[in-house]
Amino acid sequence: MDKKELLSLQEKAKELRKLTLDQIGYLGVGHIGGSLSIIDALTLLYYRHMEKIDPKDPKKKDRDQLVLSKGHAGPALYSTLADKGYFPKEWLHTLNQGGTNLPSHCDMVRTPGIDMTAGSLGQGMSTAIGKVLGHRLDGLKSKVYVIIGDGESNEGQVWEAAMCAGHFKLHEIIAFTDNNKMQIDGWTNDVMSIEDLTSKWLAFGWAVQRVDGHDIEALDRAIDKAKKETCRPSMIVMDTIKGKGASFAEGNLGNHNMVFDAATADEAIKALG
Amino acid sequence: MSDFAKLDMRSVYAETLVELAKSDDRIVVVEADLMKATGTVPFAQAFPNRAFNVGVAEANMAGVAAGLSSVGKIPFAATFTAFAGRKTYDQFFISGNYARLNVKLVGTDPGVSAAFNGGTHMAFEDGGLMRNIPKLVVFEPSDNVSCRALVKESAKYQGCTYMRLHRKGAQMIYPEGETFEFGKGKVLKDGTDVTLVATGFLMVPQALEAAKALEAEGISAAVIDMHTIKPIDADLIVQYAKKTGAFVTCENHQVVNFLGSSVAEVLGEKYPALLRRIGIQDEFGEVATQDYLMERFGLTAPHIVKAAKDVVAQKKGVSK
Repeated sequence: MDKKELLSLQEKAKELRKLTLDQIGYLGVGHIGGSLSIIDALTLLYYRHMEKIDPKDPKKKDRDQLVLSKGHAGPALYSTLADKGYFPKEWLHTLNQGGTNLPSHCDMVRTPGIDMTAGSLGQGMSTAIGKVLGHRLDGLKSKVYVIIGDGESNEGQVWEAAMCAGHFKLHEIIAFTDNNKMQIDGWTNDVMSIEDLTSKWLAFGWAVQRVDGHDIEALDRAIDKAKKETCRPSMIVMDTIKGKGASFAEGNLGNHNMVFDAATADEAIKALG
Repeated sequence: MSDFAKLDMRSVYAETLVELAKSDDRIVVVEADLMKATGTVPFAQAFPNRAFNVGVAEANMAGVAAGLSSVGKIPFAATFTAFAGRKTYDQFFISGNYARLNVKLVGTDPGVSAAFNGGTHMAFEDGGLMRNIPKLVVFEPSDNVSCRALVKESAKYQGCTYMRLHRKGAQMIYPEGETFEFGKGKVLKDGTDVTLVATGFLMVPQALEAAKALEAEGISAAVIDMHTIKPIDADLIVQYAKKTGAFVTCENHQVVNFLGSSVAEVLGEKYPALLRRIGIQDEFGEVATQDYLMERFGLTAPHIVKAAKDVVAQKKGVSK
């Protein structure tokens, strides 16, 4: 990645953070923490890595797909999809209102561009496995990206799926753990220790990398490397900050589903520059 | 007897899938280390690339099936009823049904047919759990012919389905070629005094036997095979409420939230009639032979006869 593209992606990530803050601030409550922590990964996926995606043809058969298994980070993905042109940006102010196409948790029936419904934690990786197995039958080499949470990794199904994707050697799966070190009831280390994530995923037969999830250059290199795997699924453990980019949310253990008003959002948006 | 008539129900299931898969490459099978039990080994032999065994991980099985469905496949995923209901419920609910996908979940060994596997494996509640899922089609074939026909209906239907599959044993109630439609019960015998509504491999024959015994005592009993529990055939129930005014439901399941409840709801709302419910009366399963358990839980023809006489007597105003 050259300097120019890096700057442009950093700028895009900033825009998406602003859209997300505005989206949730307009409503007054939402999953801001875990949305802001995955913005850099979403930026890289939708503006650099995902292939054959088309906002005008969101169900295109051979497209790369994303399963946002931590479905509560929907608002971050909605900002991204709106910016890409899957639906009008005006929709962002309908988040969670009656009749909206943008529910708090991702819904493939309602939202153009959402590749899998998610919300009950732990389920996304299994569905990604099914997608890849299906793609293989159709002779498609499409990648299926998956984002899971560190708190979500308490769920047993994550590890059933980890074992399964390793067993079937599904190199088309490139997964990310949003390791933001917080879950609803507190620090992951206090609620349920999840480390050592690298050793755990390695033990299930995955190629594992660990990077700063807000360092776009490093994350980009990790995705490039993962794409070259030929017989193992990839896990990229991203060290992230829950609420990244909004000072009122960063480091605040209450930022999972947070109440804040439009003025607070505006202040944070201005601070982003 | 034709070869088909001699097949175990699980073999009917597997052979039907093989037949469907030959002309439809979307048909795939997902299993959780029970392929030998659910009978799909021949499918895996015929289509090794289209049978996925995920090991002893039922939740993952349901999720993988949902993922396959999301890219256009028609996955049939099977495990014992106890696990299909209790271990895949959230995954089947959210990743499958809520996502409006096309997952065909199959639970084998319903109710007392779990026999020697005992109470841990004896699901009397799976059908009820499933009936609570919006728009899900829930069905339980009674013989080889209806099994083959309804598996084909399931494959054709766009949406999730749940089948309770009696695994061991062959049974022929219908002539080969009989057609079946989801939500349309089959009248196996007409009658005027009482209607016996039964579902599944074990209970439909018991209801037929009970009807014969009732006839011998001068009570005219109709028998309906209610293979689809959801959507329930309300028109047929109302038709027979008008005709007989008295019902006995017969199910290898808790009497709540499956066949008995479904019939009671239709009667209560559309055409009140008297009702007795043969089935499991708020109990856990236990280990024994199937025959012992049929008697233990009051599922045999004599119990149906007694309930039928009781409800007919009530209808006539005779105090018991």
